[in-house]
Amino acid sequence: MHDSFPSAGPPIIDIRRLTRQFGDKRALDELSLAVPRGGVFGLIGGNGAGKTTLIRHILGMLKAESGSVQVFGLDPVQNPVGTLGRIGYLSEDRDLPNWMRVGELQRYTQAFFPTWDEAYAEELRQAFDLDKQARVKSLSRGQRARMGLLLALAHRPELLVLDEPSSGLDPVVRRDILGAIIRTIADEGRTVFFSSHLLDEVERVADRVAIIHQGRIMLSASMDEIKDTHRRVTLHFGEPLERPPSLVGALSSAGQGAEWTYVCSGESEQLRRAAEAIGATVVEDAALSLDEVFVSRVQS
Amino acid sequence: MQLHISANDGLPIYLQIVNQVKYLVASGRLKPGEELTPIRVLAERLLVNHNTVARAYRELEAAGVVEKRRTAGTYVSDQGSPLARRERIKILTERIDALLAEARQMGVAFDDLMKLMQQRGAALQTDRNEE
Repeated sequence: MHDSFPSAGPPIIDIRRLTRQFGDKRALDELSLAVPRGGVFGLIGGNGAGKTTLIRHILGMLKAESGSVQVFGLDPVQNPVGTLGRIGYLSEDRDLPNWMRVGELQRYTQAFFPTWDEAYAEELRQAFDLDKQARVKSLSRGQRARMGLLLALAHRPELLVLDEPSSGLDPVVRRDILGAIIRTIADEGRTVFFSSHLLDEVERVADRVAIIHQGRIMLSASMDEIKDTHRRVTLHFGEPLERPPSLVGALSSAGQGAEWTYVCSGESEQLRRAAEAIGATVVEDAALSLDEVFVSRVQS
Repeated sequence: MQLHISANDGLPIYLQIVNQVKYLVASGRLKPGEELTPIRVLAERLLVNHNTVARAYRELEAAGVVEKRRTAGTYVSDQGSPLARRERIKILTERIDALLAEARQMGVAFDDLMKLMQQRGAALQTDRNEE
């Protein structure tokens, strides 16, 4: 079995000190991010954190005001042909031409992509239960998302970019989308970059995760590293305490009496020693869910 | 092979797969020589990254619970192998530790717990004989 772990080669997306100002608001603030080739990269952040603005730079829809953006080693603004033809993109608002029929839109999109695989497009259309004759306008929200996904996948892109692919969709359509992400990377060497605020989905499918907050990357690491270095430990102290003593690496704490729980960044062994140093013993030690990591990182 | 994954479990997903397969093997629901669901099929069914499933299978192989065969595919090891036996002892040790801790908390003496253990063992034996 071949593992398509991110390769050590040059990153497929390489962003350096990218800044973007919209009026008074600094949407991206000297943001740097490297996405390795292969695997699934999840970008997580709250509303207005800068996710969509970042994605629009990757697609060359916005020009870098300062800093640089490279995709496949190319500037997507100067070289749209060399980049966009190799990217499959599903936008958050899934802006499709309403007046076209499903079959027409399929043929129309095909013309832009030399690598279009019509047999695969048909397979997806049938799996997604999309009627060729239906007007795009008449599609339900879920069917619209499936149509957008079909168009993003059928040219078998090297890089699949999905902006909030599951937002506002029912669980059945969400399963289709997650399944498509998983099948895409099973195709060796392909990369998926997707933004989401549904962290349980990111936790399921992503190899690597970056947290974006106020236009900056707070954390970018593999899922395993994040799991190993973020723990929830409960400490037992010899006597009841009014408030918890500070613990090295703690991001937040809660509790009462002789037992206090800390959300920490640090590995188990490190935290055990830090606990000993303040005269406490670790009575519970568990990995955090990605949700808890996100909240503790963004609030601290 | 039915597994259930929860992203909010706190336990990394690969470990959930490892633990559940170990349990299925130890409880006899997966028999020695039986093939595990192929990595890609399981990844799609559970909707998790296939690297996660591959990592879980590697850990299970390292623990001696499963083995890869030349014909590709992962199979449940012969449970007579020393590694697999060690794994079973490990699972039981964890459960015994939890039981001992609970008994102590409830104020049940060790000797009483052993007596109860013997009673339950005998009851299980009777049930079997009646089958």
